[in-house]
Amino acid sequence: MNPAARAFYSQLALLTILLVATVPMRPALADITIDITRGQIEPLPIAITNFQGSNEEEIRLGRDIARVLTADLERSGLFRPIDQAAFIQGLGSLNVQPRFGDWRVIGAQALVQGAVRLQPNGQLRTEVRLWDVFGEAQLVGRAYETPPDNWRRVAHIVADAIYKRITGEDGYFDTRIVYVSESGPAERRVKRLAIMDQDGANHKFLTSGQELVLTPRFSPTTQEITYLSYFNDRPRVYLLNIETGRQEVVGDFPGMTFAPRFSPDGNKVIMSLATDGNSEVYTMDLRTRKIGRLTKNPAIDTSPCYSPDGRQIVFNSDRGGSQQIYLMDADGGNVRRISFGDGRYATPVWSPRGDLIAFTKMKSGTFYIGIMNTDGSGERLLTQGFLVEGPTWAPNGRVLMFFREERGRTVRLHSIDLTGYNEREMITPTDASDPAWSPLLP
Amino acid sequence: MPLKTILSLIAVVALLAGCETASEGSGSASGGGQQTAAAGSGGISNDRVFYEFDRSDLKPQSRKTIESWASWMKGNPASTVVLEGHADERGTREYNLALGDRRAQSAKNYLVALGVKPNRVRTVSYGKERPAVAGHSEQSWAQNRRSVMARR
Repeated sequence: MNPAARAFYSQLALLTILLVATVPMRPALADITIDITRGQIEPLPIAITNFQGSNEEEIRLGRDIARVLTADLERSGLFRPIDQAAFIQGLGSLNVQPRFGDWRVIGAQALVQGAVRLQPNGQLRTEVRLWDVFGEAQLVGRAYETPPDNWRRVAHIVADAIYKRITGEDGYFDTRIVYVSESGPAERRVKRLAIMDQDGANHKFLTSGQELVLTPRFSPTTQEITYLSYFNDRPRVYLLNIETGRQEVVGDFPGMTFAPRFSPDGNKVIMSLATDGNSEVYTMDLRTRKIGRLTKNPAIDTSPCYSPDGRQIVFNSDRGGSQQIYLMDADGGNVRRISFGDGRYATPVWSPRGDLIAFTKMKSGTFYIGIMNTDGSGERLLTQGFLVEGPTWAPNGRVLMFFREERGRTVRLHSIDLTGYNEREMITPTDASDPAWSPLLP
Repeated sequence: MPLKTILSLIAVVALLAGCETASEGSGSASGGGQQTAAAGSGGISNDRVFYEFDRSDLKPQSRKTIESWASWMKGNPASTVVLEGHADERGTREYNLALGDRRAQSAKNYLVALGVKPNRVRTVSYGKERPAVAGHSEQSWAQNRRSVMARR
């Protein structure tokens, strides 16, 4: 990995965040907020200006940051960036003070203004302000210092800050997606692990395609991924270090291990082990190598997923005669079924907010992505198709990604809000499946 | 009729007869659960058994096929085999891995019951990852819900 990328990933205290208050903040009369859980919303018209610079490189960076930030906000479906061609006030005078009338007249309710400076110490300093156009008040003022190569992360962090101020919810733009890149004929599919920023940039393959690989998931605490590999024709759960590329088998199990996820504290991998035709849920502590068995049932028990507080596990089982969703305590006790609709249920994933479980449902030959409360009530189907499968939550628990395949056509990643609106296809270099969303980057 | 024409006709008839014979063994099943011959098994007429949707129990025809595997393995005492378990695409990925494992095991259990030593039989599940036929119809799916005996 090149030094710039290594710096990118290894800086934990990445950004210095300074609150910059240059305009007294009057309480806005009609404060801009969006309730993102309410059905179909009118996107907020927002004017995002190119961040200003005093030389060619700064101007270019300022334009790039504005472009990435604009794309993030637009893709959320909650914002409608106004075409820069319509802007009236120039950047020079904006730098002194926004002329709010100029922004009101083009329909903007919010205004984003920024500046970038390449400092003598080599760092890129970025300042940004978010203005309430009608209230004529500053809502957000921030400054960041990073290596210039990190400019994309600055754009995503700014987008998260704007998103949070307007919606009240944490953002999800400073994140990555790991997934399985697919190519070739169905009978001999070539699958590779791949990783990218959530906007598709910085795409990188993590494995060669020589072994079949499936279902990658991020560690919540380290730069590691757990996944299934058919290395040596023996399907086992592995860990892969994103920075070094090193792969390591998890444990020494006598049969196929699969369906792995990390525990919320990152210390354990939970997975299925299949022996003698029976799949059971097991955990392995990565520090002590201690193994725990959580299910004891001749049924298929798989797709385990911890609740964010680590106290419960949701999983997939056919112990009742058909494929359904069950809960159990973290020690394997108190097993109870929570899916009761008509059809088969699969791939349960607990929202990072703790309030919902997303799943795949199959009924009468159609697949669905849905959500339910953690007691199984309030089931809501968000989308359907010939094959839609494998939801993964954005860290704010408000957006899902999954994969969609139409009969005989390509398979791609799609994102959708938990309201069911704003379904979008994710651009990837090849066919794609098995997405997993990272936590917010440290 | 001129001799050349008669000879041509005979040649054509022979050619067609040859084609029919070839297609009987071409390995395309028309419905669920039908056993097909597969090339390259060297002494075994059938290298696979099929299952109903979301099931792993063996049908009578499957048992007959596995009995032929057992005979072959007893006649070749040094041989080892891998039983691959597979599922169709109308299910989710991880559950299908477990289902494929169950199917492979169901075939192994019968093989062992017939007297084959368990350590000569390795099972591996490919879930829905390695369909025998690409296709999105019940006919395709029926061919993909299978356990395959592979010599390796």
